[in-house]
Amino acid sequence: MEITGAECLIKSLEQEDVSVIFGYPGGAVVPIYDALLNSSIKHVLVRQEQAAVHAANGYARTTGKVGVCMATSGPGATNLVTGIATAYMDSIPIVIITGQVSTQMVGTDAFQEVDITGITMPITKYNYLVKDVKDVPRVIKEAFHIASTGRPGPVLIDIPKNISDSKTKCKPHEKVDLRGYKPNYVGHPSQIKNASMMINSSVRPVILAGGGVINAGASEYVQKLAYRIQAPVVTTLMGIGSFPTDDELSLGMLGMHGTPAANQAVTNADLLVALGVRFDDRATGAVEKFAPGAKIIHIDIDPAEIGKNVRADLPIVGDVKLVLEELLKRVEEAKHAQWLEQVKQYRQATPLKYPKEQLTPQYVLQVMSELAGSEAIITTDVGQHQMWAALYCKFTRPNKFISSGGLGTMGYGFPASIGAQLGCRDKLVIAVTGDGSFQMHMAEMGTAMENNLPIKIILFNNSCLGLVKQLQYFYCDKRYNAIDFRCNPDFMQFARCYGAEGYRITSTDEVEPVLKEAFGSGKLTIIECLVSPDNLVYPMVLNTKGLAEMEL
Amino acid sequence: MKHTLAVLVENRPGVLTRIAGLFARRGYNIESLAVGETEDPTVSRMTIVVEGDEKVIEQVTKQLHKLVDVIKLSDISNEENVDRELILIKVNAEPQVRAEIMQIVDIFRARIVDIGRNTLIIEATGDSGKIKAIETSLKPFGIRELVRTGKIAMVRGPKVKNGKNNKSLSF
Repeated sequence: MEITGAECLIKSLEQEDVSVIFGYPGGAVVPIYDALLNSSIKHVLVRQEQAAVHAANGYARTTGKVGVCMATSGPGATNLVTGIATAYMDSIPIVIITGQVSTQMVGTDAFQEVDITGITMPITKYNYLVKDVKDVPRVIKEAFHIASTGRPGPVLIDIPKNISDSKTKCKPHEKVDLRGYKPNYVGHPSQIKNASMMINSSVRPVILAGGGVINAGASEYVQKLAYRIQAPVVTTLMGIGSFPTDDELSLGMLGMHGTPAANQAVTNADLLVALGVRFDDRATGAVEKFAPGAKIIHIDIDPAEIGKNVRADLPIVGDVKLVLEELLKRVEEAKHAQWLEQVKQYRQATPLKYPKEQLTPQYVLQVMSELAGSEAIITTDVGQHQMWAALYCKFTRPNKFISSGGLGTMGYGFPASIGAQLGCRDKLVIAVTGDGSFQMHMAEMGTAMENNLPIKIILFNNSCLGLVKQLQYFYCDKRYNAIDFRCNPDFMQFARCYGAEGYRITSTDEVEPVLKEAFGSGKLTIIECLVSPDNLVYPMVLNTKGLAEMEL
Repeated sequence: MKHTLAVLVENRPGVLTRIAGLFARRGYNIESLAVGETEDPTVSRMTIVVEGDEKVIEQVTKQLHKLVDVIKLSDISNEENVDRELILIKVNAEPQVRAEIMQIVDIFRARIVDIGRNTLIIEATGDSGKIKAIETSLKPFGIRELVRTGKIAMVRGPKVKNGKNNKSLSF
C-alpha cells in the first residue's frame, strides 16, 4: 500500500524510537503535521523555532537519545540556525526537519523559500535535501546514524512540500552504508601502550576531561584512571559532571574563569591526559603559555581535533571509553604524594571567594546545589551566572550540567530545560539564568505551562548584562555601553500572568526557605534574585595571558 | 609548500560546494581544483592543489576527511606522480609571425586547434612548469585570451588511489 511522503517520514521517525518532536508548524510542513496526528509521537509547540532546537538539545543531553525538532521553510528554518550552530559546537546529536517549497519551485525565490541546506552546511554534521520520496526511509535512517555516532552532531533534513505529498511504498531501510563515513572507535594499540608508559613515568600528571567523556559515557573510566594514578582532574565547561566535583582529586573547571587550582595545576603539570577535549581558547588561555612543562596525551574521537589548537605529543584517535578501557590494563598504580600536596596548596592558597555581605548569585547557587541534590538537572544560560554555576554548583554525575559551551548562546538555558524536563519528568530541573538571557526566550513560559513542566527558573536580576559589563570594566576602562536594562518587566507579575509561581529573593536569609518551598511545588516557578550589577566573575584570565596569570 | 591532494568523493550535487565551502571558511587557499567522474560513475575524483605548511595541510586533510561525502583522500605530493594541466591560449598571430609561433608550438609539442584572421588558438598539455613556459613564450605576441584547467594527477606505477580498485588490490 502506498502512503504519503509525510506519513512515511513519521513512520520512519517512529522506527527510530522518536517519542517527542519540538516544533513550529507552517505552510511547507502542513502535510507532515497532518501525518503527525495519527502518530504516537508527541509534538511540543514552542513559541519560536530557535527554542525548538534548544529543547531538542536539552532533551538529547539528558536522555541520551537523539533530539528531534521541526520547522517550516524560510523564516522557520532560518530561526533554527543559532540553535543548530549551538548543537554543532557542543557535539549534540539532534535531527532537524525543515519544510521546503515544492521541488519545481526550488530556486525561484518562492514564498518562504531559503536554501537552508546551503545555509547550514558549515554548522551541521551533514544535511539532506530530499528530492525523491523513495529516499525518505534511507535519509531518516542515515540521519540518525550520523547524528548519534562518532563525534555526535546535528543533521538537517530539508523536505519539499511536494515530496511530503507524493505517494510511496515506504519500504523500511535497514542498513546504513556510508562509504565516506566510518568513525574510528578503537584506539591504536601501540599508541595506547606508549600513552601508558608516559603516564607511568609522569611525576605531575593532570587529567583534563571534556565533553567527549560525557558523550562517550566514559565518566566511570576517568574516575578509575584518576584513582589508579592519583592524578588531579580538571574539566572543561562541557566536561563538568564527567568527574565528581566533590571528589578530593577534583580541581573543578579550568580556563578563562576556571578555578585557580585547576589553572595552576595544568600550568605546572608534566603530563596532561586530555580526554575528549578540543582545547577551546576559553579553556587554554594564551596557547603558547598553556601547560608549558607538560607532555600532552590527546585522546579524541575526532582526528581533526588533534593538533588543531594545541600540539599533542601523543595522539590517540578513538572513543574515550574504549581507549581508557585498554589504557587501564597497562597503567600502574601511583601515589604522587608530593604533587598532590602541591596541588592542595594551590587550592588552599587561592580558594574561590565572593562578597559575603550581600545577596550574591554565588551564594544562591551553592545553597541551590545542596538542596537540589545530585540527581537534579541544571541548565544555564550564558553570562556571569553560567560561570558561577560552573564554579559553585556541585556535580557528581554526567549529563546534569546542561549549558551552551562552544557557541555561548544566550537564551539557550530555558528552552533546554523544557527539553530536559520533558525527557526526565521525574527529575528536578532547574534553569539558571539572568535577566538578559531569560528575556531572549521567556515566551517559552507558555510552552512550559502547556506541558505541565515544573521547571524552577532561578533568575539573577542585576538589570544589566553582567558579563559584557565585566568585559567593558577590564578592556574599556569602565566605559560602559549598551548594557543597562532600564525597563525590565516585573518578573513576579510575568510569572503570574502565565499562571506560574513567582518568588523574589532580596536577602541572603531568604535563600534557603524560599528555594525549599519552591523545589517542593509541582509548578513552573520563577525565583528572582535581585543582585548587584557590580559583582564580577573571578578568577579571570585576561586576553593574551596564560592560565596561571589570573585576576583573583 | 604546494600539496596535491587526490580526493574521491560521492558523485552527487552539492559535494563541490561542501569542499569549496570548507576551504573558504577555514581560511585555506585552493590553488587549483579539477573534478570529474571516475571509472565508477558514482564516484568523482578531485585533484586539489593547496598551499600551506605541514600544519595547515594536516588540518585540511583531516577536515576534508570528516566530510561524509569524502570517500578517500591521499596527499600524493611526495609520491612519484604524473601531473597534467591543459591550457588553451588565443594569441595574436599576424601572418608574418605565424611561423615563429608554430615553431614554439612544435617545441612544446602543443597543437594549433583554430585559426582566425589574426589569431591562433593553441592547445597544450603538460605539468605546471611546461604550461607556464609556453605561456611566457607566447606572451610577446599578445595573448588575447587564456583558459586552463586545474591540475590532475596520478601516482606512477601499479598503485591506485581510487577506492574500489584499491580494495580489490588489498584482498
